[in-house]
Amino acid sequence: MNFIRFLKGSIRLVLHGTKLYYAWLFFLAILIIWGGFGYANQLQNGLITTNMRDSVSWAFYIGNFTFLVGIAAAAIMLVIPAYIYNWNPIKEIVIFGELLAVCAVIMSVAFIVVDIGNPLRFWHMLPLIGTMNFPYSMLSWDFFFLMAYLLINLIVVIHLLYSVFYKRDYNRKMVLAIVFISIPMAVGIHTVTAFLYNALPARPFWNSALLAPRFLASAFCSGPAILLILFQILRKITNFEIKDEAIWKIAELMVYAMFIYLFFTIAELFKEFYSDTEHILYWKYLLFGIGDNNEIVIYSWSSIIMGFIAFILLLIPKTRKNFVTLNIGAVLIYASVYVEKGIALIIPGFTPDVLGQIYVYTPSMTEIRTAVMIFSLGFLLFTFLVKIAIAIIFEDYNIDVINQKGEEKGQRNRF
Amino acid sequence: MKNQNKKLSVLFLAFFTAMAIFSGCLNDNKIDQINTEMQSIQSDGKYTEIAVEQPPFSIGIFPCSDCHSLIEPNPARRELVEMHDDIDEIFHHDSENRWCLDCHDTNSRDSLKLASGKLLDFKESYKLCGQCHGNKLRDWKVGVHGKRTGNWNGEKEYLLCVHCHDPHAPKFKELMPEPPPVRQEDIH
Amino acid sequence: MKKDNSRRSFLKNISLASFSALALAGCNMKEIDEFLQKNFRVLSEKEKTDIIRSLEEKYKEKYDKEFHVSAKPAMEGVLFGYALDLSKCIGCRKCVYACSEENNQSREPQIQWIQVLQMEKEKGIDFAHSNIHYNPEKVPEEGYFYVPVQCQQCENPPCVKVCPVKATWKEPDGITVVDYNWCIGCRYCMAACPYGARHFNWGEPNVPAEEINTNMHYLGNRPRMKGVVEKCTFCIQRSREGKYPACVEICPVGARKFGNLLDPNSEIRYILENKRVLVLKQELNTQPKFYYFFGV
Repeated sequence: MNFIRFLKGSIRLVLHGTKLYYAWLFFLAILIIWGGFGYANQLQNGLITTNMRDSVSWAFYIGNFTFLVGIAAAAIMLVIPAYIYNWNPIKEIVIFGELLAVCAVIMSVAFIVVDIGNPLRFWHMLPLIGTMNFPYSMLSWDFFFLMAYLLINLIVVIHLLYSVFYKRDYNRKMVLAIVFISIPMAVGIHTVTAFLYNALPARPFWNSALLAPRFLASAFCSGPAILLILFQILRKITNFEIKDEAIWKIAELMVYAMFIYLFFTIAELFKEFYSDTEHILYWKYLLFGIGDNNEIVIYSWSSIIMGFIAFILLLIPKTRKNFVTLNIGAVLIYASVYVEKGIALIIPGFTPDVLGQIYVYTPSMTEIRTAVMIFSLGFLLFTFLVKIAIAIIFEDYNIDVINQKGEEKGQRNRF
Repeated sequence: MKNQNKKLSVLFLAFFTAMAIFSGCLNDNKIDQINTEMQSIQSDGKYTEIAVEQPPFSIGIFPCSDCHSLIEPNPARRELVEMHDDIDEIFHHDSENRWCLDCHDTNSRDSLKLASGKLLDFKESYKLCGQCHGNKLRDWKVGVHGKRTGNWNGEKEYLLCVHCHDPHAPKFKELMPEPPPVRQEDIH
Repeated sequence: MKKDNSRRSFLKNISLASFSALALAGCNMKEIDEFLQKNFRVLSEKEKTDIIRSLEEKYKEKYDKEFHVSAKPAMEGVLFGYALDLSKCIGCRKCVYACSEENNQSREPQIQWIQVLQMEKEKGIDFAHSNIHYNPEKVPEEGYFYVPVQCQQCENPPCVKVCPVKATWKEPDGITVVDYNWCIGCRYCMAACPYGARHFNWGEPNVPAEEINTNMHYLGNRPRMKGVVEKCTFCIQRSREGKYPACVEICPVGARKFGNLLDPNSEIRYILENKRVLVLKQELNTQPKFYYFFGV
């Protein structure tokens, strides 16, 4: 009963807002509808509406999935520096990090659902009613890990908000315990996602032990970038107090992550190019194209250039501490990792294909529309959750307010 | 042991039913149809004597004795002009050292002959080929050179050497390939 | 134990009910049955028989022909092996089309289980410089040789390992099969296969009624549906009846050999013992039972 009131309160929050808020919802709704029709077309005619074919049998969808798992993982990892450097509003950082993680996991699973040929048969993957190929299939592991991760994050977020809503003390021990479980889980989900590709000897491009470390490093670039911007927005519109130093610290940590990522990538490139085995083909396709087939080169180099500019901007203290250049850097690194995971990670794994044939893949309109649909839905969910969290945490939206409103309403009805 | 018994019985069965089955009533499906003109050879398991049906003679040319019984044999090697000049033209089978009567018997025109002089029915032409191509003959008998169809665990049908190789110009003839696969870019 | 069972069936009922509700709109009972059908390997004999009967009816309705769908299991003491003579193959692609017809592969959009690679003799087996779209007047072309590739029926199949739902598995006679009714279409197996042997039904498959092969096996050439993966099964509907696969029978140069690896008198064993043999991508330890050899 109490929980239902909590839910009712939350729904009321979501339904009311400023004009800007409604405009944002309207904008997302349009994107969802536009993307939804694209996805409906795919549902009706099959994945033939995408540009995936036998040679490139995974592509943009699975790339988005990978990217979002990275976001989900990195969001939680921010809790560690929050503790180490003793940033004060730890609770708030945890909540917004976890909200982002929840949305990112939901979106990533959505990308799996749109990628499979028979989404209605999804239940075959479940334990007990289906035949989950555990422990052999990395996809089973991944699914299992993601679900567990989603669950524990939901528990923490709901518990925290619920407690504040009812003006109770939250169970600090439990929350801490779960947060500390979720940190290795965060590393876990992204590692398992990397293992999904990593252990396929058929695909030399991914079959490198550095893949999982590179995944994690790149996630630590892109995940904090979102939170960095979100925290600035929150600081402006609420009484959320986070010091400049904390934000700069996040940026500094991102620079370390970028440096590690750069180092891993250079190590990978050195090994591939210096040994010059047949495995170099995939890197060549990614960076230079093979023959006339260079459609993907624009993606890889734009990712590299954006990443490099971001690295410089965040590396130099002066630009790091200037919020304009800092935010440019954050956006650039986010975009860079998105292109890298979305296109540059997956496509060269399949091009040339296992028999040496080249099928040039770029996403079709259906794929883009479906991705827009999922991202818009994800943003919508994130907007709702953040709005609820802001109101409850910073604006003292609690059970008293609800009761008060209920009374007012009751009085109005009486008259 | 058990396996061997099973195999023997299968082979016996195969032997008795072979003629009935392979005299042109193969119409199970398309793949079998292409084998209707194919000759059936039965082995006794040790690949010694092999029963053969009609080899692929050119139409209206066999038996050779129809014409040759009226002609005085001329054993001198020469260029053929009036008859079989078409064969002479394409002949490309160690043509420097050999000609017709190295394989066809001078007197018994409906037979082939081995180097030893032993006469050979056309159905046994593989023995003639095997004189030089011993390795090929061995592989052919076990089904590795050439083609056998039928059952992998039972009766099999052989093609003779000459079904694929023109004995006068044995190089395998070029074929027109079937169309290439549709490019994946064009699958919509 | 009992408790566990009841919980399991409870879970099952709940999920079945919810999924039924989900699928109900505009569906008939048969579609729901098909939707709720279990993995082939856990079906009882009776369930198999029922499913096959209903499939035969369904196909008859669709194609207006009599169908025979077999679920014949593997023979004992049989492990299938295949050998292809690289010195003979001329790249005529007759196998590709015989395979397509025998196994009811979609014509439009085109699916072909055999891919014939043209390679330069100077380079040897080199996938990066191979070509599958060669189209000269006559084959073989001077300076080239041909490597047809289909499912290599690995002893250690990477595709089976990665399947998240156990929809594909290796049968006792060594053939890796797919349960088309259980495959969710995630295509992980396609990423894992080093031979490009797995093919996906990107769109609705289409075989003209007059060309459909009515002699079928449940795990082989029965019609597939949109969104599932399919692959070569050594013509399971033929090989389990003792016949040679269609590609073996059609090959005009006799380059294709097939038999029982456990039978010391089979041609396949003769090849392994007497010829120079290679397997593709040996370093991946997939242990193919599809061998390439040099007959000369």
